[in-house]
Amino acid sequence: MITAANLTKRYGRTFAVNGLSFTVKSSRVTGFLGPNGAGKSTTMRMILGLDRPTAGGAHIDGRPYREYEQPLRKAGALLDAKSVHGGRSARNHLLYLAYSNGLPASRVGEVLEEVGLASVADRRLGGFSLGMFQRLGIAGALLGDPEVLLFDEPVNGLDPEGILWVRTLLRRLAAEGRTVLVSSHLMSEMAQTADHLIVIGKGRLLADAGVSDFIGRGSQGYVRVRCADTALLASHLPEGNTTAHGDHVRITGIGARAVGEAAAAAGIALHELVEVQPTLEAAYMELTQASAEFTTGRS
Amino acid sequence: MIGLLRSEWIKLRSIRSTMWTMAGLVVVMISFAYLNSAIASRQAERLQAGEVTQMALGAAPFASLIVASLGVLAISSEYRTGMIRTTLLAVPRRGRMLAAKATTFAAFTLVVNLLSCLAAFLVGQAVLGSRGASLEEPGVLRMVAGCALYLTGAGLFGLALGTLVRHTAGGVVAVIVTLFVLPQLVGMLPNGAGARLMPYVTSVAGMRIMSSAPGVLTPWAGFGVFCLWIAAAALAALVLLRGRDA
Ligand SMILES: Nc1ncnc2c1ncn2[C@@H]1O[C@H](COP(=O)(O)OP(=O)(O)OP(=O)(O)O)[C@@H](O)[C@H]1O
Ligand SMILES: [Mg+2]
Repeated sequence: MITAANLTKRYGRTFAVNGLSFTVKSSRVTGFLGPNGAGKSTTMRMILGLDRPTAGGAHIDGRPYREYEQPLRKAGALLDAKSVHGGRSARNHLLYLAYSNGLPASRVGEVLEEVGLASVADRRLGGFSLGMFQRLGIAGALLGDPEVLLFDEPVNGLDPEGILWVRTLLRRLAAEGRTVLVSSHLMSEMAQTADHLIVIGKGRLLADAGVSDFIGRGSQGYVRVRCADTALLASHLPEGNTTAHGDHVRITGIGARAVGEAAAAAGIALHELVEVQPTLEAAYMELTQASAEFTTGRS
Repeated sequence: MIGLLRSEWIKLRSIRSTMWTMAGLVVVMISFAYLNSAIASRQAERLQAGEVTQMALGAAPFASLIVASLGVLAISSEYRTGMIRTTLLAVPRRGRMLAAKATTFAAFTLVVNLLSCLAAFLVGQAVLGSRGASLEEPGVLRMVAGCALYLTGAGLFGLALGTLVRHTAGGVVAVIVTLFVLPQLVGMLPNGAGARLMPYVTSVAGMRIMSSAPGVLTPWAGFGVFCLWIAAAALAALVLLRGRDA
């Protein structure tokens, strides 16, 4: 279990993390979401004792990370996968980590096998691709067979097969009763992987909820319709709200079937009729729009 | 702690540049010994054992720069690559990490330094033939072993400065300033202050241990003062390392 209490980090005059409190429970995958610069990586670094909080603190199973004698046996983390020396081999990189925590050298072979890097174990890391670095980072996190795992954007740079592998791995780790905190910007991926979500923006907590609750809480689904005369269609609908969006309209409060039947009864030809399900992405966008630090010119 | 030492040893040996640098050190020490002694062998007058030993160890100032740079690199390369975060995740007790790194580094370089100093001495004496010195003569062994100790000390000093500066180039500059520029600056102090302080300055104090000339400080006292410089730098490094964000 990871707990953060009033976790705060200030760089100069800006608060990267501002009074963040949450609990990450075991046996489930907790997604850690937020726009660029929201403070996700900073929060993880503070949980792992790399950065000192300006105020507040974080504990892993009741103790600060820094107090663990052999922390890799308690918590494993992938932060920046490229934080390795390019002149070293994958095996030596993991071997130094293993020895520092009293782990047997045999663990290195095991995790290399598990992440699919066994065949390149003795190659210099300098020639690795981003996806290979990610796999090595994940191997490092798994090395001590820890109860708690933190992954900062683990699928960044992975191929589709790798993304599926990470999803399966995270699900398995949670099913084994471990605590898994994972940040990502890929909403569709998160929707499939996470059970629970912690969403932050500008360093503050925006949401701490189950995935289905979170999606349900955001925008509802709608029916997307295109036809020649939308006003005419609207006047024939038995109920629901119609809003124009460029070349189509969105209808809420009524299903696609009812819209189609109403249009048929009125003799209106529909060019498109799509039932759009509520998505994590939509709910997330709605929640974070106000707190995004960097937004593109077009919205 | 054994695990930590093994861990740091893997880091040290699994980087090619470590081995190349130390090989370079041996070459520098031996070639200077050869050339210095070859020049001396053409001179007519009889040389003291201490003098010929010092000649054979003539590369020591350059060698100290090499070992100190390796010390800087032992930590600055972790900062450059971001590996320091991975290291501190594994060993969040930063003082212990630094102690293990320093111990491993010192043990490894001491062995290489001893071998290269001894090799330099033997090459020098081989060139001088019957006019050369032997290890049994008074002070000679102390100078040869002392040279290795001084080089190892310089390496640890570099490690401490590298930890302070967290940057390879910056760390090497710090080494040059403290070991080479500082004695020059102190020498220029007015009213005899320069002459009074000089024996206590970093490399001047440290190199007493490999000198046969008389001085204000005895060889071991000089080396002791150098160790205090190292300890001060290491303490500052430790305090900063513990307080800073990784
Ligand atoms: N060492 C630092 N010095 C100064 N500011 C920093 C430092 N580290 C992070 N910040 C700032 O803190 C804020 C949070 O950054 P952080 O990297 O934690 O965000 P993030 O949520 O991980 O973003 P991303 O999704 O882009 O990875 C940003 O505004 C960033 O510029
Ligand atoms: Mg980040």
